[in-house]
Amino acid sequence: MANKSVWSDNRFWRRSATWVTGFASVLLIWLTFDTSAQIAMGNDQDLKDGVVKRVPGPTVINYKITYEMNSKRGHEVPVIGGNDGNGNSLFQEKEKFFGRDDWSEEEAGKLLHLGKLASQAKNCMDCHTLLGNGAYYAPDLTKSWLDPAWGPDGTMQAMTQPYDKDGNPLPWSKEEAMAAFLQHPDQYATHARMMPDLGITKEEAIGLVAFLKHMSSIDTNGFPRNFGRMQGAVNGK
Amino acid sequence: MANNHLTSESKQLATWYFTFAAILFGAQLLFGLVAAIQYVMPGFLYGILDFSIARILHINALVVWMVFAMFGAVYWLLPDETGIETIGIKIGKLLFWIFAAAIVVVVLVYLFIQVGPADETTIWFITEGREYIEAPRWADWGIVVVALGFVANLFLTGIKGRQTGIVTVLMADMIAFAGLYLAGMFFTDNISIDQYWWWWVIHLWVEATWEVYVGAIAAYGLITMIGAHRKVVEMWLWIEVAMLFGSGILGLGHHYFWIGTPEYWWEIGALFSALEPLPLVAMFIHVLYDWGKTQGAEMAKEGTDEDNVKSVVNNKPAFTWFVLNAFGNFLGAGIWGFFHTLPQVNLYTHGTQFTSAHGHLAFFGAYATILIGMMYIAVQGTNGIKVMKNTKASIWAVSMITGGVIGMTIALTIAGYVQVLISRAQMGATWAAYFDGQSGLWFTQAMDWRLIMGVVTFIGFLFLAKDLLTTGKNPVHER
Repeated sequence: MANKSVWSDNRFWRRSATWVTGFASVLLIWLTFDTSAQIAMGNDQDLKDGVVKRVPGPTVINYKITYEMNSKRGHEVPVIGGNDGNGNSLFQEKEKFFGRDDWSEEEAGKLLHLGKLASQAKNCMDCHTLLGNGAYYAPDLTKSWLDPAWGPDGTMQAMTQPYDKDGNPLPWSKEEAMAAFLQHPDQYATHARMMPDLGITKEEAIGLVAFLKHMSSIDTNGFPRNFGRMQGAVNGK
Repeated sequence: MANNHLTSESKQLATWYFTFAAILFGAQLLFGLVAAIQYVMPGFLYGILDFSIARILHINALVVWMVFAMFGAVYWLLPDETGIETIGIKIGKLLFWIFAAAIVVVVLVYLFIQVGPADETTIWFITEGREYIEAPRWADWGIVVVALGFVANLFLTGIKGRQTGIVTVLMADMIAFAGLYLAGMFFTDNISIDQYWWWWVIHLWVEATWEVYVGAIAAYGLITMIGAHRKVVEMWLWIEVAMLFGSGILGLGHHYFWIGTPEYWWEIGALFSALEPLPLVAMFIHVLYDWGKTQGAEMAKEGTDEDNVKSVVNNKPAFTWFVLNAFGNFLGAGIWGFFHTLPQVNLYTHGTQFTSAHGHLAFFGAYATILIGMMYIAVQGTNGIKVMKNTKASIWAVSMITGGVIGMTIALTIAGYVQVLISRAQMGATWAAYFDGQSGLWFTQAMDWRLIMGVVTFIGFLFLAKDLLTTGKNPVHER
């Protein structure tokens, strides 16, 4: 007579599989409700009221954004409109975006919508990573808005700088530099691995820059670590 | 492939799926080579077939050939498992042609139109621009229709025929597989929400439903190829389903560390994804062990001595691929995945070549191997072969493809280390940091080796194609 044990009983394992799968699925769905609420996009009133959102509203493009150490959380977070000294946003300091810092909720929303569509229509994430996801052929764009290369002393801003007929530099900004580059990436000698011309129009370029600025304001739990903080470090020294 | 030995229409249809899958497999490798060349020579096809396009084709061809081979494998095993002819085979055939035609159109659009203006028409007709599932929206709906038709055939057949454990698992698994695709079919301005649901498709396919699918196929293979006991195999299949879904569903959390989602995913993702490797090798090893024990007992009873035993494996090349699957799954998906699944590590490895090293070995180890094994089983059945032997070509194919993929994985892992150390840890992830990492000597040499190993893999594929196509005429197999 064969010996029998529950551990070698198919029915027991079939039921276990069903229960485990059901439990994991229910937990995932429950967490999805919580997460969805936490990552829902904020609005202009939140920014005015100083409400911290993981994904701020589109009018965040009117504010100065930095990426700084938050003493409570122990990693860098996006700081919007000024730092209270502990890495918390003050939502006060504005910053001009294409010459304006009063983009309305509707205007900013339209820019972001256009930019997000463009990011998909041009297959950005098949060379770049966005929030660290995508391809690894080109730099991560999560915090590209804050990249020192696009800043006033950065190489990318210098490279796209226009001049008047006497050879004097015209007024120029980070967002204009990014938009100029995006429209004709193949004209700038950045690296042997050049970005190709993707037929990006001026409007699309402005939308894309708004999309990038907005993305830099998303709370990514400290990814990437130490962004832009180690300029000039050579071989770890 | 001459179809003279197949009496089942379902199996006939399976061979169509396998044939188209094999063609796409070749295309996947070719576009992979283009992308690999571009890492070494960035000017290669610049402005004609840019890296982004080559990569879309490389990865989409991978996903689609696997889906084709997966459908094919189900159509192949259904008559054996259920004991009846598959129901709705005419619809199955029609859907095959719709699916294949849609793929051809999508590929031509990728190749020749590539990008579009920033509006909804591009999303609907050119590209959705979301990695892995770039297929435009019209094709998404096509895929949903085809998948539902396939699931309907599977369900109708499973309900009417003998409903084995394998068929039950496949039925539950394939409905989840088809349903999950819907999570990736909408547009939102919020990239965090976008990526949240995007991972439902990618992760819950690849790290949950596809893995369970592989468990079912491995179970079928063990029963058909070595005559393992169904009761033992199916018990392990159920254990594997419990472990795979138990770890894989919430293991989804390891994609939610840095995309805007709350911190609690650190703990959930780390814990459950760390458990993911456990089941991957268990079933195969244990079934072989149990089967070996039974064999030993039988030999002892019959008094056979070790030197006089005959191999019971009736399809050597297929069995080789199945064994590779058990270990490749564990190594590629399990170990290489675990390397960078903890948030403390992933903070630095996220979005580097590390991921691509893992991707190459995992897709190969977990899926390509067993699906190639199923192609061999189909070739055996199609040609009415009783015992299928290894041939020179089959040995070259398995050695070169496996060696090539492992070589690429090692090269990409080294490249990943360089990126993590230079671009992330030392330089802080900026544009300049990125290119400093990319121009490091170790990185560029790793990319050279990746290309060389890619060529090795492709030559292995040519041997594989030759072996599969010439099986019918090869006299070494016992008929």
